[in-house]
Amino acid sequence: MARLETRSRAGYLLLAAIVGHVLLISAQVNSKTGVPILEAVTFGVFAELERGTAAVTGSVRHTWSDYVGLRQARAENETLKRQLADAQIQLQEQRALADRTRSLAQMLELREGLELKTTAAEIIGAGSTPDFRTVTIDKGQRQGLATDMAVIAPAGVVGRIVVPGRLASKVQLLIDRNAAAAALVARSRAQGLVAGTGENRFRMEYVPTVSDIVVGDTVVTSGLDGIYPKGLVIGRIDSIDKTGSAWQIGIVPAVDFSSLEQVLVVLSSPTSTNDAPPQGARP
Amino acid sequence: MRILGIVVATVVALALQTTLMRFLSGTTAVDLVLVVVVYVALLFGPVAGLLTGTFAGLIQDALSIGVIGIGGLAKTIVGFLAGVIGTQFIVSQAPSRFVVFFAATVLHSVIFMGLYELLGLRDFGTPYARVLGQAFTNAVVGTVAFQVAELLPGAVERRRLNRARPRR
Repeated sequence: MARLETRSRAGYLLLAAIVGHVLLISAQVNSKTGVPILEAVTFGVFAELERGTAAVTGSVRHTWSDYVGLRQARAENETLKRQLADAQIQLQEQRALADRTRSLAQMLELREGLELKTTAAEIIGAGSTPDFRTVTIDKGQRQGLATDMAVIAPAGVVGRIVVPGRLASKVQLLIDRNAAAAALVARSRAQGLVAGTGENRFRMEYVPTVSDIVVGDTVVTSGLDGIYPKGLVIGRIDSIDKTGSAWQIGIVPAVDFSSLEQVLVVLSSPTSTNDAPPQGARP
Repeated sequence: MRILGIVVATVVALALQTTLMRFLSGTTAVDLVLVVVVYVALLFGPVAGLLTGTFAGLIQDALSIGVIGIGGLAKTIVGFLAGVIGTQFIVSQAPSRFVVFFAATVLHSVIFMGLYELLGLRDFGTPYARVLGQAFTNAVVGTVAFQVAELLPGAVERRRLNRARPRR
């Protein structure tokens, strides 16, 4: 009898939990306003825990690396890496500048562009569930970050800010299944939409079937989505299936998402940089 | 004390998850929070599984970019059912635990992805390989966790007995 009562109590509890969850989900799905308070508060608190974990793991890693490695060689290596990253950005800037100049000359227009204002941030954590591809960075609203700001790396596009906390922010990676960016093929200027697959690759959609696209073409942002500034490298086309009415185009990301440590957040308003000359991670 | 232990285990699982997920993806991905929920459910029964699932799932949802409640609902149901299985059947051997963890992950994915697809919020494509891969990884982690948790106290006891034994 007592066992039966315990079982029915558990059943009521399950029912109450399910009803509570359904109500919670319904409230969010119908609402289209900002970030839910529960999400913001929990994220704010947990971001600090992530920062602590990142600090502990970082310090352990650094201690170990200092112990086994030559200090001078390590410092020199870091300087060279930084220089290489700077050089990559400069190279991409130069390439983009050349591209941009060509198209501007074709249009017989000369415009003065705006500089991309960026801030560096460190990745302190990853997503809490395997079904969403996100990372947490150590900069937030206090440093001027806001929703939908583009996040880039020297190699190319990383993603966009979806939850700007006070001192940390959540970044949706472009490889997330729900992420996408307006894009174009750098060589032929064929336009389309690059979407994440949840794995470490992209697919390109809505590309006209008359477009000139070959394997190896570089794909860059077109700036039409109002989030990513024009000309940022997304990746390289590695497969094209031209059978059927819609082409299946596979892209290998320019950025290695598994080894990201530092990123740049574009602070400029995307709309104001659409017509700007190329800056940052560009082809 | 038990509640505190469950809360600590959940938070540790979340911290580990957010550290590991940077390096794992696709079929190698693991949901440590789900492992904790099923572990607690098998150990303490359906009510503990249900409550742990609700608590852990809601926190995990709040930290993700998805809808708060979908993961919570999936983990609540999985926690409850795993608890029921734990009380109705003998789940004390590694193979049977492996099956429970595996099935729990598959069920969790079905509810989680099904709700997202049903509400038109997210398209998961054809996730069979990913789900089975995660189920396998979760099952391995969960089974190993059980074995370690059971072996550790015994190992400590054996070591103590060996020390206390007089040497010839």
